Amino acid sequence: MTAVVVKSVFILLVVVGALAPVITWIERKQSAVMQDRIGANRADIAGITILGLLHPLADVFKLLSKEDVVPTGANRFMHLLSPVLTAVPAIIAFAVIPFGGVYVFGESRISLVVADLDWGLLYIFAIGSIAAYGTVLAGWSSNSNWAILGSLRASAQMISYEVTLGLSVVGVFMVFETLRLTDMALAQDATFPVLTNVTALFGLSIPDWLAVVSLPRWGIFLQPLGFVMFLAAIMAENRRAPFDLPEGESEIIAGYHIEYSGMRFGLFYMSEFIEVVVIAGIMTTVFLGGWSVPYLSQATIIGGVGSVFGSGFATGFCLLVHFATFMLKLLFMIWLQMAIRWTLPRFRYDQVMDLCWKVLLPLSIANIFVTGLVLLVLGERT
Amino acid sequence: MIPLDHVIGLSALLFAIGVLGVLVRRNLLIVMMSIELMLNAANLALVAFNRMAPGSAGAPAFDGQVFVLMVITVAAAEVAVGLGILITLFRNRDSVDIEEVRLLRW
Amino acid sequence: MTAPLVFFYVFAFLALLGAAGTVANVRNPVAAAMSLVVTMVALAGVYVLLEAHLVAVFQIMVYAGAIVVLFLFVVMLLDLRSDDLRPTRQRLLRILALPVVALLASVLWRLRADSTPPPPLPEGFGGYRALGLALYGDYVLLVELASLLLLAAIVGAMILAQRKAD
Repeated sequence: MTAVVVKSVFILLVVVGALAPVITWIERKQSAVMQDRIGANRADIAGITILGLLHPLADVFKLLSKEDVVPTGANRFMHLLSPVLTAVPAIIAFAVIPFGGVYVFGESRISLVVADLDWGLLYIFAIGSIAAYGTVLAGWSSNSNWAILGSLRASAQMISYEVTLGLSVVGVFMVFETLRLTDMALAQDATFPVLTNVTALFGLSIPDWLAVVSLPRWGIFLQPLGFVMFLAAIMAENRRAPFDLPEGESEIIAGYHIEYSGMRFGLFYMSEFIEVVVIAGIMTTVFLGGWSVPYLSQATIIGGVGSVFGSGFATGFCLLVHFATFMLKLLFMIWLQMAIRWTLPRFRYDQVMDLCWKVLLPLSIANIFVTGLVLLVLGERT
Repeated sequence: MIPLDHVIGLSALLFAIGVLGVLVRRNLLIVMMSIELMLNAANLALVAFNRMAPGSAGAPAFDGQVFVLMVITVAAAEVAVGLGILITLFRNRDSVDIEEVRLLRW
Repeated sequence: MTAPLVFFYVFAFLALLGAAGTVANVRNPVAAAMSLVVTMVALAGVYVLLEAHLVAVFQIMVYAGAIVVLFLFVVMLLDLRSDDLRPTRQRLLRILALPVVALLASVLWRLRADSTPPPPLPEGFGGYRALGLALYGDYVLLVELASLLLLAAIVGAMILAQRKAD
């Protein structure tokens, strides 16, 4: 019980409290670098600016000190409820994301995940479904035309992409045969002989010196189409550019959160960046091998270091290495999402819907078929 | 641990509230939500009874839960068609009051 | 008074509160829909307590996450307002209230009896593996029929919601 509390406090303080503001700084600086400008760097304490790292702090102070406006004719309770309904699902999605594996220190077992649910991936989808409510209610409760437009677009977009979200990951589910996120990351802690598998599909055989070429058994190598589709679907689910039509800043002036100011808007703003971290965490766990170091399985690390320094130190070292690897992959996925956002222009609404129903849905079903076929043939040949 | 009687009692209460909603309310949307309440009450009863008869280790019985999945599916289909009917009704009469739809009543 | 029992009573109370909110919310259909969400999430909690994990997740994903969002979508699209209970309805309510309450009380009174302890669970009860094997093994016909039903519903809803080309 105390382990769960400690891990939850860690997530709230470090991930939500510290990482999300740093992500806003990363967004500003990365967009600045990509657009050949300097970015925000003027916030200072007594004249010391740390490359603009104080801007998230300045943002918090600014938002806290603004007037809390509720428009006339708006439903006050729903207006207050919507930012909460957006932020809470984003935070509780961290409960199933494994920051590391299981480490045995003599008597005690430490596992770096808050809730090791057997159906962890389905939990993420369920939370994603609940997250639609904040957006839908925010627009309706604001009693404003732009807000209603943004809400309508948002609700249609979010419930459409939930379908693709589920289907695109069925291929990964078929390959790893588990929905438990820790087991999925553990299953990626190995390598597979890629050339042997590809040629075995067609009944050919290759010489031995080619057969040892192996890739880490990551989701992105086993299901590349699934990776692309899942990334598109989950970025659309998060209303992140290029899918940010509901908050289309140049079209409907901030869409569904147009009537929000002060800390209510701060909650919307913060929850978008928390969801960026959640998306990065899920993509890392499912497609990038979670906490595992490529080509170095946990047993190798513990065995190798343990022979020099002793097994207790080796396990602790392995824990730190795995945590650092997870954080590195997380940062890569965050960078990727930011790069996509600042590269692609915003989709039109009918393009968003076409992409979901006419492109991603048939592709994901085709992916399921092809994956099943490949698994069947490989299962018979090897 | 969880007393079955209390779960069935909860299901009965939810069903009663749903029936009350269908009978009393005039707004078609609220009537449809009350129908969903009744379906949920039935689902709860099914899951509770399945918990009480889970079969043995070699032959587990999932009839209740499979039935619940089918009820959820049917409810989704019914909501889709029902909302389509509601939209058509609104377009024709500009209100979703079920008292307006009484052409075929005696 | 073990923790699961306390959770069950909390969820049951929330479910009843949400149901009452749905039916009794006269002025605001959106508030009624959100009360329905509270009921469904509370019921999902009860399902988890009854070891039906996959059903609980489907309840949240499909029921609370898609069906009620559709309700909200229609409310926003059509800008539906509320209704007032007409005098005939109020009279109906007053006439029906006492017998209904008496009936319910007579049903619930019997719940004070002791309940038998639940039987032990087989391995993997309520999990996706066992339920998946059951769905695609014994009940595969049911799954196919459900997909046909959903197809019919999709086509029907699309036709109903089309505007007639004038």
